Amino acid sequence: MNVFAAIGRVTLGFFRETGRVSLFAGDSVSAVARPPVYWWLIAQQLMRIGYFSLPVVGLTAFFTGGVLALQIYIGGNRYGAESIVPQIVALGITRELGPVIAGLMVAGRVAAAIAAEIGTMRVTEQIDALTTLSTNPIKYLVVPRLVAAVISMPILVAIADSIGIFGGYVVGTASLGFNGSIYLKNTVDFVTRQDVTSGLIKAAVFGFIIALMGCFNGFNSKGGAQGVGAATTNAVVSASILILAANYILTSLLFSR
Amino acid sequence: MSGVAAVPKIELRGVKKRFGDKIVLDGVDLAIQPGHSQVVIGGSGTGKSVMIKCVLGILRPEEGQIFVDGQEVTHLKGSARDTVLKKFGMLFQGAALFDSLPVWENVAFGLIQGRGVSRARARDIAIEKLAKVGLGSDVAMLSPAELSGGMQKRVGLARAIAADPEIIFFDEPTTGLDPIMADVINDLIVSTVKDLGVTTLSITHDMVSARKISDHIAMLYKGRIVWAGPTAEIDSSESALVDQFIHGRAQGPIKMEVRA
Ligand SMILES: Nc1ncnc2c1ncn2[C@@H]1O[C@H](COP(=O)(O)OP(=O)(O)O)[C@@H](O)[C@H]1O
Ligand SMILES: [Mg+2]
Repeated sequence: MNVFAAIGRVTLGFFRETGRVSLFAGDSVSAVARPPVYWWLIAQQLMRIGYFSLPVVGLTAFFTGGVLALQIYIGGNRYGAESIVPQIVALGITRELGPVIAGLMVAGRVAAAIAAEIGTMRVTEQIDALTTLSTNPIKYLVVPRLVAAVISMPILVAIADSIGIFGGYVVGTASLGFNGSIYLKNTVDFVTRQDVTSGLIKAAVFGFIIALMGCFNGFNSKGGAQGVGAATTNAVVSASILILAANYILTSLLFSR
Repeated sequence: MSGVAAVPKIELRGVKKRFGDKIVLDGVDLAIQPGHSQVVIGGSGTGKSVMIKCVLGILRPEEGQIFVDGQEVTHLKGSARDTVLKKFGMLFQGAALFDSLPVWENVAFGLIQGRGVSRARARDIAIEKLAKVGLGSDVAMLSPAELSGGMQKRVGLARAIAADPEIIFFDEPTTGLDPIMADVINDLIVSTVKDLGVTTLSITHDMVSARKISDHIAMLYKGRIVWAGPTAEIDSSESALVDQFIHGRAQGPIKMEVRA
């Protein structure tokens, strides 16, 4: 067993995959502007990716806002700084937790569904059939999902921000003894436009990552049901890791002075 | 036919295709004359599907040339490839129907997406083509998942002929069907081909089907065409490989490779 050979192989494999993903992303993005545009398919994907993710994203945002309020209260209590709860909840939700939690939830739901659907189309030769019917599979399958995800995610995150802050408000007023109108006033006075827009920019990038990883893994699945299963898992795992990595990079870019 | 040196409808010259270390096609030479019904036989996993995907441009061969109507198409891309693809219709092994679309839209897909025919008109054509393969207009609104295997093949056939192609490829048209349904599909292929006057390339390992739907047969073995000739001559091929295959014997020069 040669350790160096193994490390070398893994490293090469990593760069090869990165290269393939980049090529796929380039092909897909350059296909967005070229006609034909499948408006109906974009609308359909907006429903599936955006609208049907609302319950999941809303629920997780609510509980995240609530637990954030609790923890900040407990932590702030040690310094006599409990009153800071509304401000920190708003900041944490809009800048980080709104986009990240929504991104991870949508990655689990949507990247998996896209990879499974496109993967099944790959192994049953439906993608080859598209080609023989003079239809570019990238334009027909990938572009609508990418566009819909990039549009949907900022909207979902805007909603998640509101629900998350509301979750903090409910916990704050119901069990931490905050006055409702003061809680809201502190939130509104404190949050800046940049806090919100930075989160929405992140959301758009996460949407791109989710659709890209779903499509890429689906397109490259092979074998039968097992291959599609592996593609689905890979799509969710890779999308989640990339979201967290991109989140770090975006935070350092957006808030660098 | 004119007789002297007709340009083959399709010609493969020295086509090689590998996946990683695995050589699947190792210099395939095959010419199909206009109007002929060519069948390529060969065991499972010998690269028959890979061969037709190379002709269609779904897979790119590493070496060799492919001609359609005398034009080299090996490296065509984009709209030039689309123009060539408009000559083809293809019936996939598992029918490859789009399960998100109703039957009629499957049949009309190439007309609507590829040729800009209006939906209403494409729908009429689809229903007409479905009738040609023996399906009533009642199946037009069904989803492909509601159909049996034999019916899916028929819909696949209707989709393949929807845009009046000059060449039709059939990938294992009878595999997975019961013998009676297989014969129905064979008859349907023979009658549509006669009707449309098209050139066909079919791949199969079903000898009954091969004899019925072809006028020429070639055998693919270890990445090459090892025998080619008129169907009537296959029983006197004097090739041990062909004899073993058409009689389905375990003993002979072909050793089953258990690892695909
Ligand atoms: N896209 C691909 N990637 C890797 N290997 C492939 C691919 N397509 C086909 N193969 C391999 O090529 C060989 C020939 O496959 P195929 O042409 O489907 O055989 P058949 O003659 O049964 O149609 C098989 O061993 C298959 O595993
Ligand atoms: Mg095959």
